[in-house]
Formats: sequence, structure tokens, C-alpha cells
Amino acid sequence: MQKVVAVTGNEAVANALRQANPDVCAAYPITPATDMMQRFASFVSNGEVDTELILVESEHSSMSACIGASAAGGRVITATSSQGLALMWEMLHIASGDNLPIIMPVVNRALSAPLNIHGDHSDAMGARDTGWIQLWSEDAQEAYDNTIQAFRIGEHLALRLPVMINLDGFIISHSIERMEYLEDKAVEDFIGEFKVVNALLDLDKPKSYGPLILPDLYIEYKRLQHEIMSRVKGVVLDVAEDFEKLSGRKYGLFESYRLEDAEVGLVIMSSAAGTAKDVVDSLRVKGIKAGLLKPRLFRPFPYGEMAASLQNLKAVAVMDRADSFGGYGPVFMEVSSALYGSSKRPALINKIYGLGGRDFLPAHAEETFLELVDIAKGGGIKTIKEYIGVRQ
Amino acid sequence: MSTELKLKELSKKEDLFTHGHRMCAGCGAPIIVKMVLLAAEHPVIAANATGCLEVSSCISEYTAWKIPWIHTAFENAAATISGVETMYRAYKKKGKMDKDVKFIAFGGDGGTYDIGFQSLSGAMERGHDMLYICYDNGAYMNTGIQRSSATPRGADTTTCPAGSVIPGKPQRRKDLTRIMAAHNIPYAAQAAPSHWLDLMKKVRKALSAGGPTFMNIISPCNRGWRSKTDDAIALSRLAVETCYWPLYEVENGETRLTFKPKTKKPLIEFLKPQGRFKHLFAPENEQRLKQLEADIDAEWQRLLKESAG
Repeated sequence: MQKVVAVTGNEAVANALRQANPDVCAAYPITPATDMMQRFASFVSNGEVDTELILVESEHSSMSACIGASAAGGRVITATSSQGLALMWEMLHIASGDNLPIIMPVVNRALSAPLNIHGDHSDAMGARDTGWIQLWSEDAQEAYDNTIQAFRIGEHLALRLPVMINLDGFIISHSIERMEYLEDKAVEDFIGEFKVVNALLDLDKPKSYGPLILPDLYIEYKRLQHEIMSRVKGVVLDVAEDFEKLSGRKYGLFESYRLEDAEVGLVIMSSAAGTAKDVVDSLRVKGIKAGLLKPRLFRPFPYGEMAASLQNLKAVAVMDRADSFGGYGPVFMEVSSALYGSSKRPALINKIYGLGGRDFLPAHAEETFLELVDIAKGGGIKTIKEYIGVRQ
Repeated sequence: MSTELKLKELSKKEDLFTHGHRMCAGCGAPIIVKMVLLAAEHPVIAANATGCLEVSSCISEYTAWKIPWIHTAFENAAATISGVETMYRAYKKKGKMDKDVKFIAFGGDGGTYDIGFQSLSGAMERGHDMLYICYDNGAYMNTGIQRSSATPRGADTTTCPAGSVIPGKPQRRKDLTRIMAAHNIPYAAQAAPSHWLDLMKKVRKALSAGGPTFMNIISPCNRGWRSKTDDAIALSRLAVETCYWPLYEVENGETRLTFKPKTKKPLIEFLKPQGRFKHLFAPENEQRLKQLEADIDAEWQRLLKESAG
């Protein structure tokens, strides 16, 4: 039985965290993630979870405390946004390097300067190479579902990796949507009990965490991290299969929307994918073979699967809600890498949109599709990287 | 489980910080760690800030620590151990842990006075049941003797070198022990490895205080102090007897000197054997030497007054 509710993304994810009943949560407030941790704190205060809360003095300390707690041997969570994630950056590498399955929703927000509290993907894209698994969510339902699945993925004995669940700041975190909650018992059974591995609290077998490793072994250690990451796709798909049995909702490495016979397509993440799907539908009515691919698992990146899904299109626009100044957008770089090895590949352009919470409108998707139609007809690529929705 | 604090009894206890570590010969830090772990009456889990002690005691695939140990980064030993201690409480609450465990973080002065100050202050305010130990050698020795806020006025370091215009560090040291006591924690103390019984008693008091506690322990460094390799304990004793490093504790707000020299030795007896102060004895640097003496005197007078109640 699922319960239909009307809630914000933050409330939905806070509930998923409640249902996972972590042992320890360390948190520090930051807009727009604050409200998620406030809700979680009220679960603690009202005895709805067994969690011990550590209300730290910075995000650097929240991730440090999470690492200490996770190494001690239990289920650990935190949440953050933007500057908070940036301040954690050093510790993100240590969480993954020490194989600690910390679960962290990231309510995506722009990075300063200039200061801006609204949604874009700059924060999590900046953490791309930290060794964390990254799941991305289109709406409150997917953010909730991803959070529940994240525990099974990160805590899997073949992985033991930290997981970041991304949802758009304000657009998802603060908008009320209709969605469905799973029952507490069903989630508890689905996630299962935390399996303790190499706990500091195992006094009989003392462990040393965080050694110095010099050039004689460092690269072997790093290669091992890559090998563990290469197992993630399989686990994500297995967990998604079990989750579908429980919820009826199907998840993959990414979502293909009307892509099978498409000639032109967008690669677009998170909430803006919802807007773009409507535009795909209206273009289809007009006889334009439009389609869409929405990445869900960004780290590790499913290069082969994505290339197979995109190689038959004529023209594709990769939409980035983050930028690499002096380079292409981060998703574009991955998609073009994925397609380079294909014998057939579409013409590829890159659009930067929605930075600092600028609205992504159906008109933006439509004008991009029309540009792709022109390219598909042989019109050629005028500019590879362009900003859309920008005031002139 | 409790061992009397007598050498004969202590010598029967297992060293939990073993030989084979790569600390420099004559370093004060491993002596301090051994004393601390010998004093502890319960199982200990330790966190270590990045620094000399950390890089020299756990080089894969060897460890000198016979207890559970975690190093994560430089500025966060206090936050890291606070996470471990919190998971311990979660275990206790769920009945998954029947033993009483103590939690100790070790950091050098760089990792404690400077870059780790915020995380230390936060952990103390939150009230974790933990002891933070700073082994204070008065500079960033691991990275090559750069000045820290624990470096005494006038000392020559690689980033405040004694030159013809600036004769060593211009500023006075930060009084960290007093700052930690100002957190209104149950116990804060200063100790020195030359006074081992005093040090070990303080560790026991700190670990049984049932809350966040702090100890600042002077840790002679012959590389940074430019002193003789076998002088660590002698210099530690001179630091105490000249009142450069007063031994005291602040227990529930009450300050008490735990050692008062019969006659306070002149500060120069502590300074003379150390190359880092050599330039202060040149006639043109007399003023800086006097400033340093005035710093030490003022601190001692304050402590005498405060401990007199």
C-alpha cells in the first residue's frame, strides 16, 4: 500500500531518511537544504527515529563527523547544498577513499560569487571527481525513491561507497507535488539492517583508518577505487529491479523518453527534464521526431549504454545547468566522450541554461529542438556552446 | 583494570603505541602518547590530526597503534572523534556495546591552535565525552618548522626567520589552554612529559570527567628547537621550572597550579640550549628578549593570582 501525499521535495526526502532510521546524522544548516534537516531534527526530537544528531559548527565538520561515525560502524546521513558542499570538498574524497557508505541528499544550488541561493547544478558537478556515487532526481517522487535506493546501493557489500542524491533547489525542494510514500515497514525491509564492516568500535580487532600511502602503493589504491566504481551500474540496476517490485516505479541508469525513433533529442537532467518532456510531446504532434534522455546515474557515468541510446539520432543538444568556464558544460563533456567511440553519432551541441535559478521555459526547449531540426537537415552547427534564456 | 600510577605497576602494562614508528629520535610526541595510553583505564579509540605523529605512526601497511585509530585530515580531529563517540552512544542506546570506551584526539599545535581551532571549539561546545590532547611543539614541524600561533615571541622559524630587521616572531603566543577553559568544559590542563606522574594523573581526571576535556602538553622538538637530540625531557623540565610552561588545571572553573617551583629559574636557562632563540642574545635584540620574558612573567602572575582564589 502506498500513501498519496502532497509534499515538498525536502519533506519527501526527510521522510525517506526517517524510514531508513540512521544511527547518526551530522548536519549544518544551509539554504535550500536547511528545511530537510529541520524536519529530520523534529523526527529525532519526537522519537520517530533512533538517530543520534550531531549539530556541528560547519559542513566541513559535518562530513568529518559523518566519516568518524561511519568508520565507527553504522548508518550515517547528512544533507547540504552549494557552499556547504564546497566546504566539504576535502572530506568528500576521504569518505569515498575510506569506503564509507554515507548517504547525503544534495539540494542543488548555485555557487558564489555572486551570492545566489537558487537552484543550479554547479555544486554537485564540482564534486564530480570525489569518488561519490551521484543519483539525480526529476521530482519529489524520484528524490524520495532515489534516497531509499541509495542506502541499498551505497551499503552494498561489493561497493561500500558514499552516495549523493541530487534534487533541484527550490524547484523540487520547496514545491509541493503529488507523490506516493511507501509504508515504513516496506522501506525498512527493503533497505535492511546495516551491515557492519571494519568498525572502529570492534575493540577486539583494532583498525587503523587513514594511513599514509606513498608512491609504492597509492596508484594501486586509486585504481581499486575505480574498479569498485565499475561495479556500481550493476548494483543500481539490481536495486532498481527490486524497487520496481515494491513500488511499481521503474528506474534505470537514465530515462529514455520517446527516444527509440527520435531524430533530434535533448540530454537534460533533473526538474528541467519534466518541462522538456512536455515540449517533446507537443513537437511530436507537429510531426517532429523529438526525444529526450534524462541522466539519473551521473557517477559512475554509463558511457556505453548512453552511446547506444543516442548514436542513431541526427542531432542532440546536451543541456547543462552548470558551467565550466573556458570549457564545455560537464554533462556535454561526458556525452561527447560517450559518443566518440561510436561508428555512428549525432551532431552535438551544448546549451548552458538556468544558472542561479533562472527559469527554464518550454520556449527554451522548443527553440533548442528547432535548432536541432535545422542541424539534422544539414544546416550545420553554428556554435557548439551557447547560453540560453540570457538577457542581452 | 585500574593500575596504580607507579612505575613498577605501569611497567607491567602493555604499550599501546609500539616501537617501529618513524618519529625522529628524541621527539617528545611518542613519549606523550605512550604516557597517555598507559594512564587510560578503559579501552581507547583515538583520532589523529594530520601532522608528525600521524604521518610517522601509520604508514601503510604498518601501524604503531594497537588501539582503533582514525586519521582523516588536518583540521578536524575533534569533529572526527565526535562522530566516533556519537556512534558509540548510538550503539549503547541500542544495547550493541557493553564496554565503556574512552575517546581521545591527538593534534599538534598547528592542527589545534590554528587550522583545527573551529572544529575543536565546536566539539567542546557540543559536549562530547572526549579528551583532546594537543602536543605543542610550538611550530608546524611536520612541514618544516613554520610559525604557528603557538610559536613563542622571538622564536626563529622558517616563515618568521630571525633577520636583521625582524628578529623572529613578533607576536605573543595564543593562550589556548585558557581559551579552552573558557568553554566552561569540566576539565582543561597543561602538562609536560618531564612531570610524568602529574601528566598521567591529569589524563585520568580528564577521562573520568564525563564530558569534553582538553590537555595541552609541551612536546620538545629537537629539529625545530635546534636542541640536542637527547634533551627532550631536560628541556621539558626547564620549561616547567622557568614557568615558561606552567603546570596547572582548570577543574569545573577552579584554577589550580599542580606544580610550583621552589625558586623560579631564569627564563634564559630554557632559551639558551635552543638554537631558535640564539639571536635573542645579540645586544640589538635585547628588547625582543625582554618582551618574551614579560609575556612569561605576566602569564605566571595571572596564574598565581587565579589559583590563589
